[in-house]
Amino acid sequence: MARQNYQLIGVRFARSQPLLLIGLVLGILVMLLCLVASIAWGAAEIPIGKVYTALTAFDGSADHLIIRTVRLPRSLIAMLVGAALAVAGALIQGLTRNPLADPGILGLEAGAALAVVVVVFLFGTSSLSAYAGFAFLGTAVTAAVVYLIASLGRGGLTPMNLTVAGAALYYLLSSLTTGILILSQQTLDEIRFWLAGSVAGTDFTLFLQVLPYIVVGLIVAFALGRQITALNLGEDVAKGLGQRTAWVKATAAVSVVLLAGSSVSIAGPIGFIGLVVPHIVRFFIGLDYRWILPYAAVVGAIFLLVADIGARLLIAPQELPVGVMTAIVGAPFFIYLARNKVKR
Amino acid sequence: MNKGWLVIRSRALPVSFRLDRRVPAVLFSLLLVTLAAVALNVGQGEYPIPPLDVLKTILGLPTSNPDYPFIVNTLRLPRTLVAYLVGVGLAISGTILQGITRNPLADPEIIGMNAGASLAAVTLIVLVPSAPLFALPLSAFSGALVVALLIYLLAWDRGSSPIRLILVGVGLNLIARALTTLMITFGEINNVSQALVWLAGSVYGCRWEQVWSLLPWLIILVPLAFVLALQLNALNLGDDVARGLGSRVEWQRGLLLLTSVALIGASVATAGTIAFVGLIAPHLGRQLVGSTHEGLIPTAAMIGGLIVVVADLLGRTLFAPIELPCGAITATIGAPYFLYLLVRNRNE
Repeated sequence: MARQNYQLIGVRFARSQPLLLIGLVLGILVMLLCLVASIAWGAAEIPIGKVYTALTAFDGSADHLIIRTVRLPRSLIAMLVGAALAVAGALIQGLTRNPLADPGILGLEAGAALAVVVVVFLFGTSSLSAYAGFAFLGTAVTAAVVYLIASLGRGGLTPMNLTVAGAALYYLLSSLTTGILILSQQTLDEIRFWLAGSVAGTDFTLFLQVLPYIVVGLIVAFALGRQITALNLGEDVAKGLGQRTAWVKATAAVSVVLLAGSSVSIAGPIGFIGLVVPHIVRFFIGLDYRWILPYAAVVGAIFLLVADIGARLLIAPQELPVGVMTAIVGAPFFIYLARNKVKR
Repeated sequence: MNKGWLVIRSRALPVSFRLDRRVPAVLFSLLLVTLAAVALNVGQGEYPIPPLDVLKTILGLPTSNPDYPFIVNTLRLPRTLVAYLVGVGLAISGTILQGITRNPLADPEIIGMNAGASLAAVTLIVLVPSAPLFALPLSAFSGALVVALLIYLLAWDRGSSPIRLILVGVGLNLIARALTTLMITFGEINNVSQALVWLAGSVYGCRWEQVWSLLPWLIILVPLAFVLALQLNALNLGDDVARGLGSRVEWQRGLLLLTSVALIGASVATAGTIAFVGLIAPHLGRQLVGSTHEGLIPTAAMIGGLIVVVADLLGRTLFAPIELPCGAITATIGAPYFLYLLVRNRNE
């Protein structure tokens, strides 16, 4: 692998493999720290010592119960959903060479959310396993439709057409979702908070059901790192290097569907993680997707953990949906990107 | 070029303008269709009333059923009237926006003005629950104005791509929606479903007081929009040409934008965000009467009103007895139409 040197604040250092590996390990350590922080902090003040004993010597007290049944699942879910969404966003951005893409903006999350709302409307929340299946279906169908419509626009699948097609689909799908919620007061009550994007009160059994999909999605994504890097150089370059681009795109799409669909089915549509995190990672790492994807997973997990802690503490004892936090941070970033990266 | 214009000149007042020849016929037919739609809409409901009886009741003539006057005049007629007026306001606003941005894809919803207006209105409801009814349009107006200013600052370069406007609008839309969710969560609005219906854009439960609070705005703004429309024709030719023709471009554009924002504010405050009417109505209007704004604005206004009335009718009949808000219907039709326009705009 070629060595790349660059200067950062007057300090030259080489971006080499050992350094990247160390960085990744450090990132994982920070992530674990955030995980602990997320378990320890919250509306109920619980000292760290009790957190430890809750996990090792459970004695049924209220604090221990809070730790075990509320905060631990929630933090784990936040960690994994953050990682999944960030990797999905990085994949989409790499595949489509579009810095403005993420599963939320392209309407994929709205599609998954609509599918879940339809399921709850038709069958009630008793059938949890149906959530994930329908969410995948919703994501897949939306992805296909966005792809199709964007290809029909001027110039084919340009970043602009993709983003605008995604935005229009987002409006369509979210208004359909609102329509169904109005049709059924019961559905609304059950999923109002979820629909804003939240890891609060999440069901651990649902999470365990969906966990394999996320893990598979992540593994597939990491395995595609080299191919995505080549694809990022351009379709023709990749083909010239002997890559079967259709296969790569299809596999990456499957991974995106798994990751985004699972995330939405557990935590509702949380936007902008897939947009912001890949940009942050690319700023430090460059364009090698073999490293971008794992880093995106770690940084995404940290991002959502921190956002969730903020959502809990900002207006304590009340709680913000974490989707609101990510939107407030991410949307200005999106506007900045739209201004500067969109060619006239 | 034998297009045929109707020239209207007045000796008494210093008024003169040209209308495309098709305009009077189109307006008249639209009027007939609107009356039919209103009669149908008013007749629809738990107690169906035949359209002829509806017309009789409105005119005050006696009908077979003594309950009709109450049902029609107190319950249903104001609702349909509000739907029509809101549609008029939104359509004119959209026409103006498309004119000033020279972007056929512009629409108050897409560039985030609707979301800004509803955010301001929800904030007012949450922070000052006892605010009087007339304060709502004012706060919605200020919300839409803030968004319009942001759009102007962030996206509106001379000669910039229309797509950039839309993308920035999407971003502002998302921020406004997130903040609205924040407000609703923070404010513990007891009847969340009621707020949701309003946010989805609905004329449910509108009574005469909503009509009277909306009407003054329209009475002032619609003639103003019509007068300013004459300048829109010049503005549409490009800034330099317009200046050469003697237009005071910045002033006019600013005034037009304010008018558009005020119309949005009034409409959103009354019936929530009804999306895409401001996109579809001008386009259909242009198909019918061409792009000259003297004719386009009245035509688009009537089409807009018709769209909302029909959407309300559909919303009430599709899943009867459950009511879908008309905003959901217009969004369901409007978003695919927007996509169609996007695809069709390949040569933009």
